Amino acid sequence: MNLTLKVWRQKNSSSEGKMVEYKAEDVSPDMSFLEMLDVLNEKLLKKGEDPIAFDHDCREGICGMCSLFINGRPHGPGEAVTTCQLHMRSFKDGDTVFIEPFRAKGFPIIKDLVIDRGAFDRIIQAGGYVSANTGSAPDANEIPIPKDIAENAFDSAACIGCGACVAACKNASAMLFVSAKVTQLALLPQGQVERKNRVENMVAQMDEEGFGSCTNTGACSAVCPKEIPLDNIATLNREYLKAKATSDNV
Amino acid sequence: MGWFLSALSSSIGRKVIVSLTGLFLILFLIVHASGNFTLLNAGDDKGAAFNAYSEFMGHNPLIQAVAWITKILILVHILQTIYLALVNRKARPVGYKYEKPGQSSGWSSRNMTFLGIIILVFLVLHLKTFWYVVHYGEVPFVNGDPSQGKDYFKLVAVAFSQPWYVALYLIALVGLAFHLWHGFQSAFQTIGWNHPKYTPMIKTIGKILAILIPIGFSTQPIYIYLLTN
Amino acid sequence: MNLDAHISEGPLAEQWSKHKFNTKLVNPANKRKYDIIVVGTGLAGASAAATLAELGYNVKAFCFQDSPRRAHSIAAQGGINAAKNYRNDGDSVFRLFYDTIKGGDYRSREANVHRLAEVSVNIIDQCVAQGVPFAREYGGYLDNRSFGGAQVSRTFYARGQTGQQLLLGAYSQMSRQVTLGKVEMFPRTEMLDLVVVDGKARGIVTRNLVTGKIEAHSGHAVLLCTGGYGNVFYLSTNAMGSNATASWRAYKKGALFANPCFTQIHPTCIPVSGDHQSKLTLMSESLRNDGRVWVPKKVGDKRHPNDIPEDERDYYLERKYPSFGNLVPRDVASRNAKMVCDEGRGVGDSGLAVYLDFRDAILRDGEDVIRAKYGNLFQMYEKITDENPYQVPMRIYPAVHYTMGGLWVDYNLMTTVPGLFALGECNFSDHGANRLGASALMQGLADGYFVIPATIGGYLADLPYDKVPLDHPEFKKTIDDVQNRLGKLLSLKGDKTVDEFHRELGNIMWEYCGMARTKEGLEKALGKIREVREDFWKNAKLIGTNGEFNITLEKAHRVADFMELGELMIMDALNRNESCGGHFREEFQTPEGEALRDDENYSYVSAWEYKGDQAAPELHKENLKFDNVKLTQRSYK
Repeated sequence: MNLTLKVWRQKNSSSEGKMVEYKAEDVSPDMSFLEMLDVLNEKLLKKGEDPIAFDHDCREGICGMCSLFINGRPHGPGEAVTTCQLHMRSFKDGDTVFIEPFRAKGFPIIKDLVIDRGAFDRIIQAGGYVSANTGSAPDANEIPIPKDIAENAFDSAACIGCGACVAACKNASAMLFVSAKVTQLALLPQGQVERKNRVENMVAQMDEEGFGSCTNTGACSAVCPKEIPLDNIATLNREYLKAKATSDNV
Repeated sequence: MGWFLSALSSSIGRKVIVSLTGLFLILFLIVHASGNFTLLNAGDDKGAAFNAYSEFMGHNPLIQAVAWITKILILVHILQTIYLALVNRKARPVGYKYEKPGQSSGWSSRNMTFLGIIILVFLVLHLKTFWYVVHYGEVPFVNGDPSQGKDYFKLVAVAFSQPWYVALYLIALVGLAFHLWHGFQSAFQTIGWNHPKYTPMIKTIGKILAILIPIGFSTQPIYIYLLTN
Repeated sequence: MNLDAHISEGPLAEQWSKHKFNTKLVNPANKRKYDIIVVGTGLAGASAAATLAELGYNVKAFCFQDSPRRAHSIAAQGGINAAKNYRNDGDSVFRLFYDTIKGGDYRSREANVHRLAEVSVNIIDQCVAQGVPFAREYGGYLDNRSFGGAQVSRTFYARGQTGQQLLLGAYSQMSRQVTLGKVEMFPRTEMLDLVVVDGKARGIVTRNLVTGKIEAHSGHAVLLCTGGYGNVFYLSTNAMGSNATASWRAYKKGALFANPCFTQIHPTCIPVSGDHQSKLTLMSESLRNDGRVWVPKKVGDKRHPNDIPEDERDYYLERKYPSFGNLVPRDVASRNAKMVCDEGRGVGDSGLAVYLDFRDAILRDGEDVIRAKYGNLFQMYEKITDENPYQVPMRIYPAVHYTMGGLWVDYNLMTTVPGLFALGECNFSDHGANRLGASALMQGLADGYFVIPATIGGYLADLPYDKVPLDHPEFKKTIDDVQNRLGKLLSLKGDKTVDEFHRELGNIMWEYCGMARTKEGLEKALGKIREVREDFWKNAKLIGTNGEFNITLEKAHRVADFMELGELMIMDALNRNESCGGHFREEFQTPEGEALRDDENYSYVSAWEYKGDQAAPELHKENLKFDNVKLTQRSYK
């Protein structure tokens, strides 16, 4: 099949970008979306044009490196997929496909479709961990954890940090990302000791990074490739309020 | 005190203020709508019940105190949401060229500011017609006789006899319906009230309220309009 | 060169404790005077960076991804082995050791493997303490499953995303150290060369992938945790960015490269769908616990699988290996798939696939049970192939997955360049000629959390605190070399893209140095690979400059190194006149077609030394001694 692509091109972080039109020809429905871009890039290169820069790595939906806002939705059409798992059979011959970077103040554009998601790392650094020095751990079975709690914690821990939640949110809010880590560790006994400081520090960092606030549209969870549940955000709110009200931090 | 202010000025804190004020305003709406049901008696009593109710509301000190609180909270609700809307706009300085947000979220949830503005415009008009006249203008007396007390009903009847005014009310109420459709359950989410048992209940209640409150209000202008025309 | 692994004398089970005791320590107050460079932030790199920082060392950590959390360890699905014996099914440290040695076809060091089995139990403790949500039973205790040909249930798992959860655990610990100021993180930064001063590794030269800036970093020790080199094959289950540049540059600076021909081909991957294919997707081999592998008995049978009656199906693994059946180790399963496809009995359009059928399991346990166990894998399969595996058997084919070979290291994980260490898949040490399932995660974390923190002090204790200044001639020279190399690449204005060369290289490697190798084929490949290399340096087409985000340049540099490494892999495969584990030379097989080892002549680690671009590398041998296990022909019948 043949497609018309409208792709955001931007030379670097300080230059202005614009949508540029390309033709993708003889696209096989079995190709992944990124393979379709690979083929286009090969053609551009042969013509002596700068290939389109986009982030990608594992190409099996787990590293969280690929992004892309495809036809008005992060990671394109389809439920619970990342862009690298999106296949061209989701499109029809003659379709026009809009490809843009994830856009947010917290995710500055580096080049074309490549963005800087360092803000997420800084949020985790602010408290998204259990302080457990290597060597100090007790036997793993010393802390039994009810199966359903472990499963719920896993549901939140499954976050791949791709940033689709921010990209989809009309406020570019990072609440789903933050709430996933806070919820995971708030559920588990290991996370209790640092529970209050963790949520206070992570939310403070989130605000500092310039992400918007949550208005509960649910877009984040709807586009999340790992289907992180929206109620994690309620948990984050509760954790935050409880921490603010009862922690020793004055 | 620093911790308290920092909590309230955080993104979550500000949202909590919006939710709590919002929930209070929903309560206010329910009371307001119920009281106004006295209007539906106007065909029989020419507004006597409504006048009595208005008189009571206007002079009971407790009600007056609550009224002031309501006014302040309305203001807080408006100012916070305007602030958040501006901050949220700044969180995405360059917008998407092609966006189809309907794929992942509901319309009302994305348009709370717009809906809020409709309600605000209505509020200004509403206050000008009734509240301002009651407090600073001239309310006619029942049958022109001061001994029979003020005829608040007359104010209402005059306003609602005009089709454009009724239409405006109805539009605003549709806006309110959408605002509440998202707002009620969203408020509980924001204050962290979430539970597998109760959240579905809250969502249902929110939707019922979003329909009932505007319907309740709309019966009044429609009824009066039909009565007066 | 004498390859001394520096293993302490004494009984196997005491060697590690003894070694730790004999290793010099760095005083806690002095640790902050040492800077450690960690390249790569996967399981090995992140765990090492976090742990060394906890000990007090200053760590600089580098990764080419936009965040350390994205390293390819994240894609490991199945699980992590540990000799906890929580199942009371007869497991022990010695059994894990034994299984790993045997699974590696007796081409790994006893002492290393025993240490791995020993610390495996601490890894689970450590990860649970970090909040890794392992699967649990209703009583709240950890669940285990049997995995990858093991007769005991010792694999801990977190749904099908164990690698992700373990990596996020290590990443979180490293993040904590970033906040504490003990780890400085450099994302989107690729190491392009090693700096060796007076014979010791004293720093690296990196390229900032965003700005193109070439920078030097000085340190007291350099840890390479950069993963494997499976992408030499172009198509593999590795991530697109996974590359061998760091270890290859280290090789060129004097580190020996060991057993490069030992590559693992994983049996359960989704088959190639066309020329556009950029990478292959693995599906956890846990699927083989319930799925049955088969092909039609008749050659060229093109009927729909559901139309092929039971007696016309050949469940070849169950037929040939009645005791292990579908659960034979990876190398055996892969080779057999190739054999039936070579016979013309492969399925699918390309004929390069076999069926993995869940029909019987669904009939036995019900679809719900199968969905609960493998739902996410089935879903992934359906997304990629558009076929519903609940109704139609999956099509699978082997794909390059892991490289057992890597930089030669001693028991301290130090390469032959003092001060240069290699951890995780990047080294050669623990898996011999074939890695067992759920052992890669174990090794990466063992090296990072427990081995390197104990051994690095022995090297540092004798080192002065002063760092080599960045204006040292050796730093300047290495920067110049890197810049020249990049300049040379950028000057290539031919008409073929880097990907085209990479595909050519991959085809040669897969064809001649893949699942089955012959002397004749390997010699042919050697010639072909040299031609491709020559062609590359004439006709490759690059674009842009170094001073920008340049994906073509990044790729070209990696592919140039892959081409050289591919050549060494072939030479190693040619040298090893035996079949063992993942290395199968058709000339050396038993009458039944199984790998035929030659313990007499090849019970050694082949370690190759770089001798210059024009000279042939020199082979050094580290002889393997087996005092605790008896070498047997692996049999899974």
